[in-house]
Amino acid sequence: MKFDTPATTNPIDQLKVVGKPTNRIEGPLKTTGTAPYAYEHQDFAATQAYGYVVGSAIAKGKIASMNLDEAKAAPGVLAIVTAANAGKLGKGDFNNATLLGGPGIEHYHQAVALVVAGSFEQARAAASLVRVEYTRDKGAYDLSATVGTAGKAPVLYGNQPDTAVGDFASAFAAAPVQLDARYSTPDHAHAMMEPHASIASWEGDKLTVWTSNQMIAWSAGDVAKTLGLPKENVRLLSPYVGGGFGGKLYVRADAILAALGAKATKRPVKVALQRPLMMNNTPHRPATIQRIRLGATPDGKLTAIGHESWSGDLNAAKPEGAVAQTRLLYAGANRMTAMRIAALDLAEGNDMRAPGEAPGMMALEVAMDEMAEKLGLDPVQFRILNDTQVDPEAPSRPFTQRQLNKCLQMGAEKFGWSKRGKPASTRDGKWLVGMGVAAAFRNNLNANSAARVRLSSAGIVTVETDMTDIGTGSYTIIAQTAAEMMGVPLDNVVVKLGDSSFPVSSGSGGQWGANSSTAGVYAACVKLREAAAQKLGLNPADAVFADGKVKVGRRSFALGDAAKDGELVAEDRIEFGKLAEEKQQSTFGAHFVEVGVDSATGEVRIRRMLAVCAAGRILNPKAARSQVIGGMTMGAGAALMEELAVDKRFGFFVNHDLAGYEVPVHADIPYQEVIFLDETDPNTSPMKAKGVGELGICGVAAAVANAVYNATGARVRSYPITLDKFIDKLPEMT
Amino acid sequence: MKSFTYERVDTPAAATAAFARTKGSRYIAGGTNLLDLMKLEIETPAHLIDISRLALDRIEPTSGGGLRIGAMVRNTDLASDERIRRDYGLVSRALVAGASGQLRNKATMGGNILQRTRCPYFYDTNQPCNKRQPGSGCAAIGGFNRILAVIGASDACIATQPSDVGVALRALDASVETVNVTGKTRVIPYADFYRAPGETPHIETALVPGELITAVTLPRPVGGTHVYHKVRDRASYAFALISVGLVVQRDGTGRVALGGVAYKPWRVEAAEADLPRGAKAVTAKLLAGAKTTHENAYKLPLVERTLAGVLAQAKG
Amino acid sequence: MQTPEDHELSRRGVLVGGAASVAAVTLVPTATPAGAASAPAVPPTAEVAFKVNGTAHSLELDTRVSLLDALREHLHLTGTKKGCDHGQCGACTVIVDGRRINSCLALAVMHDGDEITTIEGLGTPDRMHAMQEAFVVHDGYQCGYCTPGQICSAVAVLDEIKAGIPSHVTADLTLAPAVTNMEIRERMSGNICRCGAYPNIVAAISDVAGVKA
Repeated sequence: MKFDTPATTNPIDQLKVVGKPTNRIEGPLKTTGTAPYAYEHQDFAATQAYGYVVGSAIAKGKIASMNLDEAKAAPGVLAIVTAANAGKLGKGDFNNATLLGGPGIEHYHQAVALVVAGSFEQARAAASLVRVEYTRDKGAYDLSATVGTAGKAPVLYGNQPDTAVGDFASAFAAAPVQLDARYSTPDHAHAMMEPHASIASWEGDKLTVWTSNQMIAWSAGDVAKTLGLPKENVRLLSPYVGGGFGGKLYVRADAILAALGAKATKRPVKVALQRPLMMNNTPHRPATIQRIRLGATPDGKLTAIGHESWSGDLNAAKPEGAVAQTRLLYAGANRMTAMRIAALDLAEGNDMRAPGEAPGMMALEVAMDEMAEKLGLDPVQFRILNDTQVDPEAPSRPFTQRQLNKCLQMGAEKFGWSKRGKPASTRDGKWLVGMGVAAAFRNNLNANSAARVRLSSAGIVTVETDMTDIGTGSYTIIAQTAAEMMGVPLDNVVVKLGDSSFPVSSGSGGQWGANSSTAGVYAACVKLREAAAQKLGLNPADAVFADGKVKVGRRSFALGDAAKDGELVAEDRIEFGKLAEEKQQSTFGAHFVEVGVDSATGEVRIRRMLAVCAAGRILNPKAARSQVIGGMTMGAGAALMEELAVDKRFGFFVNHDLAGYEVPVHADIPYQEVIFLDETDPNTSPMKAKGVGELGICGVAAAVANAVYNATGARVRSYPITLDKFIDKLPEMT
Repeated sequence: MKSFTYERVDTPAAATAAFARTKGSRYIAGGTNLLDLMKLEIETPAHLIDISRLALDRIEPTSGGGLRIGAMVRNTDLASDERIRRDYGLVSRALVAGASGQLRNKATMGGNILQRTRCPYFYDTNQPCNKRQPGSGCAAIGGFNRILAVIGASDACIATQPSDVGVALRALDASVETVNVTGKTRVIPYADFYRAPGETPHIETALVPGELITAVTLPRPVGGTHVYHKVRDRASYAFALISVGLVVQRDGTGRVALGGVAYKPWRVEAAEADLPRGAKAVTAKLLAGAKTTHENAYKLPLVERTLAGVLAQAKG
Repeated sequence: MQTPEDHELSRRGVLVGGAASVAAVTLVPTATPAGAASAPAVPPTAEVAFKVNGTAHSLELDTRVSLLDALREHLHLTGTKKGCDHGQCGACTVIVDGRRINSCLALAVMHDGDEITTIEGLGTPDRMHAMQEAFVVHDGYQCGYCTPGQICSAVAVLDEIKAGIPSHVTADLTLAPAVTNMEIRERMSGNICRCGAYPNIVAAISDVAGVKA
C-alpha cells in the first residue's frame, strides 16, 4: 500500500481498541519470567556449548602474537575462534570496526577471541589463559584536542555538514543581545539490562541465530555479509529484546562469534557479552562539544541562530548530529549549523535513543534559557515568542502539526511554573530549590514496513512481521491495530515478531517503529478484509468488520467463516511516499523539572518532572506514557550522572560496568507525570500516529540543568552536572 | 574464575585448620565482593572455606557495656538490631546507606571491613595496578581518579576503602577480634586495622594469612546525636564520593570520621577538639597534608561543607 | 606520545580476558599467587541439594557455578536474569529463606539445604501472584528483562518494611518504617530498570500494599 496522500477516515478511527490504555499482551509472560530472551532458548539445551569473549587489552595497534596452548588445554575447551582461524570475514554494512579483531586492533575490548567450552565456567576460566602480546600504536582519544582541526562530517541522514540560511555572521554581529556559549556532553552507554546475547546453530550451510536485536532485516543481512553467506541462509530470531536504545540496532560480536564458535565445534553455541566488556566493545553515544550563538532583538525575537557541533568516531565515520533540531525548532531569519568530526580510536560511536537531538537539545535548550535571562524574559514566553509553524529554512514547508506552544503553556500551568523564583532565591530547609523548563523536539520518521496476517476458521487473527518489541509495546499496539481492523477482540489476535522469515518491517529505531509497523499491519489487514469479504461473497467496499462478524446490510457472517475452507493469508507493506518532504513531520513537547540542591554538598536531587507531549495519535496511552517516562529517566541520568570516563592515555572508557557507570535508580526521581495532547496527524500514516519513545528524552537534561541553575545561580555547561563542577559557587556555609 | 575446591566448616577452629591444611585457601562468607573479584580473576583462591554458617551471627553485650557483633552478622540484621538503632545510630545509618537491600542481606560484618577498593583500574586486569599486581604501576594516578584518595595515599596507590560502616566503626572506637591458624586470638583496634599503601598497596590490613575475623566489638555507647552523610551522584546504590560520620554531644564536643578520602576510614582525634569551632577548623586539621589531583580536589571543600551540613543537622 | 606505561605495557605483553599478565603474579593478602595452583584436569565439583519453588533438587556442580547459573543453565529456570553478573543491577534477585539476594554473587554450593523462590515460584501466566498482576496493570516494566528481579525484590521489600527493617530514608531509626513512595523507592534501588519503569513499579507495589503511591 502506497501512502502518498494524507489519510482519510478509516477503520482505525473507530478507536474501539486502538487508543485504549490496554495492558501489554505479553505482560503475563514477562512478569512470570516465561518470556524467553536470546540466551534462554531451550531448543539446544542438550547440545549447546558456551562461548566467552576475550577483549583486546589495548585500544590501537596489533596483535604481535597469540598463544592459545594453555587455553586449549584447559578443561572442557572445545574450540577457540580468532581472526587467524576464523576464515575470511566480511564487514557488515552497519558496522564500523570489525567484530573480531586481529591482527589489527581498532579499539579497546574489541573481541580478539572466543573461547568455547562445555560449560560457562570452563569457557570463562580458559579465556583468561589466552595469551596475547600486543604492539601498541599511538591513538587519538581526546575529543577536545580535535576542535579546530576536525574536518567536515559526512552527510548524516540527509543532514549536510554545513547549512546556512540568510547571513548569520552579519545578523549575529548586529544583534543587540547576543549569546555565545560552549557546551559539552560526554560519551554515554546504552546500558540496556540484557547484555548482547546470541545462540547460533548450523544445519549444513544454514545458520539460525537467536539473538537480541532491534533491526532484524538489516542484521540478518549483516550476519550473512560478515560470514560470506547468502542472506537466505541466515535466520535471525529476536522475539524478546531486553532493552536496546540503539545499542542493538546492528549486529554485534556475540552473534558473529556464536556463529563462528558453532561452526568450529559443530554444536550450538551461545554467547553473552560480559557486562564489563560491553561498554568498550559495543557502540556508545559519542561525546560532543557544541558552540551555540544566538542573536536577538531586545524584545526577544531571535534574528540569528548558529549551532556548531564537534564529535569523534572511529575512522571519523559518523558524526553525532547534535545540530539537527536547531534547523527546525525556532524562528529566525539568519541561521547556520555545522558538524565537524574527528577520528578517535575509541569504540565506535553510534545511535543511542534520539541520536542527534538528545545531546543537541542538552545544549540548545540551555542556551535558550541563558538567552531568556539575558533578555529578561520568562523562558516559557521566550520560546513561545520564537515559535514557527513552518520550516524556518524553507517557509513554504509547514509543519503538519506543531503544538509546542500549547505544550509549554499547559505544562507551565500544571507544574506551577508561576511559583518559580529568581536564581538562588528559593529555599526549603537545607535545599536550594529550582525549576527548569525545556522544549522537547524530535523529528517523526517513517520507514516502510510489511506484515502478514492470517485468519483461521476459529476467527483468530495472527500477525507475522519481523518487527521487534524492545519494551516499546509493539506486541500490544500491533494486536490493537489488527483487532481494530478485523473487528475482533484483542484476545483473538496472536502477534509473532522478530523472525527474519517474516515480512520485513520498519524495525525498532528512531522512534519510527510504532507508527510504521502498525501502518504495515494496517495495510496487510486491508488486504485480509478484501480477501475475507470476497470469500464470503460480499463487496469488500461495503463490508463492516465488527464484533467478530462481517456484515453487509442484513447479511452477517462470523469472520472465521471466511477461512472455513482453509486459512486466509494476506501480506502487504506500507510504502511511504513524499508527504514528509512536502510538510515537516515532527513531535513536540515541554519538560518541566524541579530540583533540590543540597546547600552544603551540592548533591542534586530531582523532586518532580512533568512532560507534555504532542505526538500524533497515541496508540496506547499506557505504553506511550511508559515510553516517555523512560525517556525522562534516561534524560535525568544524562543530566546528573552518566558519563563514560575516557582514559586519554590508554584510550578506553574506564568506568565500564554498572557500578562505575551510574544510571538512575528508583530513588532518583520521586514523581513523574506525562500529559499527551489530543492530536491526530493524517500526514504520517493511516494510523495518524507519530513516534514518541525518543521525544521523551529530548530536552529533559536541559530542563534539569536549567533547574539547577535556577536553584543555585551556578550555570554548568558541561554534562553531567555533578557537584564537583559547581561546589565553589555554592553559598558560603555559616 | 579459576577452579577451586570447596569445603564448609562449622567452627572457627575448623576454619583456621582448613586454612592451614590447604594451600591457596580463602574464607568466604557473604561473597558479595570476593565472588565479584573472582569472576575477574583479581582474586584466585584454589580452595574456598565456607564460613557463612559459623555460629558467629549474634550480637551480644560485652562485659564493658558495649556490643560484640559476630563476624557473620548480616548487614541487614545489624542495621535492624534495636540496640544498634538506639545506641549506635551511626552504625545503622552507615549500613543502610551502603549497597542495596539484596547485598545487605548477604554481606557480613567481617566481610564488610575487608571489602576491597572500587578503583576502576584495580577492576580492569588489563591495566597496571600495584594493588592487584605489585610493581605494575598505578594507572589511576594521572588517569580517572575522581572518586579516589586525597590523603594517606602514596605514589604507588591512591585507592580508597569503600566501607560505609567502617566510618561508623572508626568514629565509635571499634575493635576487631580474630583468631589465627594456631588458635591464638587477638584484638586489633579498628584504628590500626588498615595498612597505609606505601610501597605495598597489595597488603591492606593487619591480618596475617589465615587469620579469621570472629567479631567486631563496640565499646559502651557514647550517646550524642549520630549523623552519617554519604555524598554521592546517584541517590542510592552508589559508592560514596565522600562520607562524613559524626557523633556530637550537646556541649558541641564529638567525634568525626570520613569515608571515601583514604585507604581507611579517616579520623584525626586531635582535630575533634575543634568541633565546637565549626567545620572549617576541624577540616583543616583532618585533611592537613592532603594531596589531590585535578579530578578529586573537590573533595576538600566537599568534606568541609558536608561536615558543616551535618553539624547543622545535628543541632536540628 | 607514548607514556612510560605504554611502553612497559606493550613490552611485557598482557594476558587478557580478565587475568594478570604472563610475567606478573597476582599477590593479594591471603590469596594464592596466580599460577601456583595449576588448573586440575577436571574442575572440582560438589554436591548440593536445595529446594527451588518447593521442588527438591540435588545437583553435582562445578564449584564455580553461581546460584544464578545453577537456576538458569542447570535447572532451566530462566526467569531469573543475568544483567551484569557482578551485583550491580539486581536482575538476578531471588528470595532465599525469605530474604532477597543477588543470585549472581552466590555460589550454588553454598546454598545446601536452602529454600529458594524464583519468579517462576511466585506465579505462572495463568495463576499470577498479586505482585505480578499489579505489574501488568500498572505497566511496571517495558523490555521485561529486569522485571523478574524487580518483582522478587518488591515482594521481599514489603516483608522487610513489615519486619521493621530500617532504610536510608527512614526518618527515625527507633520507629517502624511505613510503606511510602520514598521508602519503596529507596529499598527498590538495587534493581535497575534502564527502561525507566520506576513510577509504575512503585504504583504496582503500593497497590499490592494497599497504600496510595
